[in-house]
Amino acid sequence: MNAVLQLFEVSRSYRGPRGSVRALRDFSATVAAGELVAVVGPSGCGKTTLLLTAGGLLRPDAGRVTLREQDFYALSPEERSRFRAAHVGFVFQQFHLVPYLSVLDNILAPTLALRRPEARDRALALARRFGLEHRLDHVPGQLSTGERQRVALARACLNQPALLLADEPTGNLDLENGRNVLEHLAAIAREGTAVLLVTHDSEAAQRANRVLRMREGVLVEGN
Amino acid sequence: MSFWRLLVREIVHRKTNFGLGALSAALAVACLIASRSILQRHDARTEQIISRMEAATRQRVAQLEDDYRKITKNLGFNVLILPKEQDLGDLFSKDYAERFMPEEYVERLARSKIVTIQHLLPSLQQKLKWPEHERTVILMGVRGEVPIAHASPKQPLLETVAPGTMVLGYELHRSLKLSPGDRVRFMGREFTVARTHPERGTKDDITVWIHLGEAQELLGRKGQINGILALECVCAADSLSKVRAEIAAILPETQVIEFQTQALARAEARQRAAAEAQAALQHERDKRARLRQERENFAAVLVPVVMTIATVWIGLLAWVNVRDRRPEIGILRAIGVRGRTVLGLLLGRAALMGLAGAVAGFALGWAVGAAWGEEPGGAPVVIPVPWSWLGMMVVGAPMVAMLAAWLPSLMAIQTDPADTLSRE
Repeated sequence: MNAVLQLFEVSRSYRGPRGSVRALRDFSATVAAGELVAVVGPSGCGKTTLLLTAGGLLRPDAGRVTLREQDFYALSPEERSRFRAAHVGFVFQQFHLVPYLSVLDNILAPTLALRRPEARDRALALARRFGLEHRLDHVPGQLSTGERQRVALARACLNQPALLLADEPTGNLDLENGRNVLEHLAAIAREGTAVLLVTHDSEAAQRANRVLRMREGVLVEGN
Repeated sequence: MSFWRLLVREIVHRKTNFGLGALSAALAVACLIASRSILQRHDARTEQIISRMEAATRQRVAQLEDDYRKITKNLGFNVLILPKEQDLGDLFSKDYAERFMPEEYVERLARSKIVTIQHLLPSLQQKLKWPEHERTVILMGVRGEVPIAHASPKQPLLETVAPGTMVLGYELHRSLKLSPGDRVRFMGREFTVARTHPERGTKDDITVWIHLGEAQELLGRKGQINGILALECVCAADSLSKVRAEIAAILPETQVIEFQTQALARAEARQRAAAEAQAALQHERDKRARLRQERENFAAVLVPVVMTIATVWIGLLAWVNVRDRRPEIGILRAIGVRGRTVLGLLLGRAALMGLAGAVAGFALGWAVGAAWGEEPGGAPVVIPVPWSWLGMMVVGAPMVAMLAAWLPSLMAIQTDPADTLSRE
């Protein structure tokens, strides 16, 4: 197995109004290239914390996160940003598109962090792949929710990341658009990208190669 | 996707926020430029007024000098006819002649056909001690004007002194407390004070005027005089030599000197006119300086107040902008955009805001200065656009705007993107 993402006994706590809350407890998992792994569990069980920690955005209190064998948090913040830009793609439930940029510019947004000469051609190819070629000049406000999520997917794929992290990507979509996004995620995984999908959606979980079940920050099933 | 494209698109998207910020920067810059422009125009106007006044003064003084030249030319010379043997050095040092000549000379002159002389005033004067009061005086014996036989009668220039009376100079009547009508003894003889003179600041202040005959008796100089004043000597050539030649032909035993020069009268007139003009100029300068100070004081309060308000306002707008862009900043950070790039986007926006404000504010301020800086009714003041001011504003306003946006921008990039993304 070609492990892309590895978490070694990762713990992370938050300070809450009633004291410290442990969102992750000694969490260990591996996601391999070409694998679609779904993380399921009740609300507040630490799924999003897991995803942000895996993406290099949230330093764990303990444990280690490696991406392509690089210890994410051993890097300086600047290096981590650069590394993340090159190897990680994100998709969020709220899409998080830049509202004043066109579809094409939103897809090209990662070039602000990492310039690549072929970026524009790849962005156009991704737009075609996700059925957005007729919407290139539109801004997110002019798109349907399904289209917005497909723009977010295209943006996440621009730099051909080794790891794609998706946080409830179907949470705001209708059934048809949800299925469409899941199909795309599965296809992306098949092309060799490691996909970690946090979801409540049982259908999404069914499409995954593997399912990790969490409860109160602890991995209770899977891996 | 370039940095600039993102920057410009965001400005277009949130144009109200950007416009309000640029407007406040423009108002601050306009305020500064207008105040400087008004002061600059004030200075130019002052220079214009003063130059105009100076030119007018020069013209007036020249005109006055010409007028005096004409007047003094028409008035002619005042000459003093003296005994030929009188040393002029002694005359000027003692202020009166010590040599004498017959009083008959004046009769001879009056009977002659002399044409250059209008009035004849024979006199006998001598410095002596007033024995009754133990003080030095100049005794002046006068008999009034001697009419020139061939000429038509003229209005006498000086009043005569009647026998038994005297006229006193200022210093004498003041110190002796004498008034017209008082009786006073002089060299053993009783006189009535006929008139007293106001202060002249000359030897007249210590002079006693009495009738010529009485003076001759008191001084033991019967039938003698020591000077004839010939007034308003007119000659077409405006020259003393002609007067001298005519008098010498009639009275060969005399000499003629000019009693008071025209040049002196002209110079005095010129100096007086120049002094008045200088005073008027100084008054105008003081008035303009006061007005400038008032304007400067007003600007010294207004400009900092407006600039502070504008800076705070830009800071608030930057804070609102950052708050609205939290998700956007979060996702940009998540996809690997570095903190300094995001900081550059936020500060770049503020800089463009300041730049737009600087250019618009400069134009507005210049226009306001041109409209309000003019003196009503004055000729237009043409001042070249000070491009250096524009340069300073173009550099300064973006820097101030960036400074105002610094804190909110710093807070934005220090916010953990994970925190933002997990909340949204």
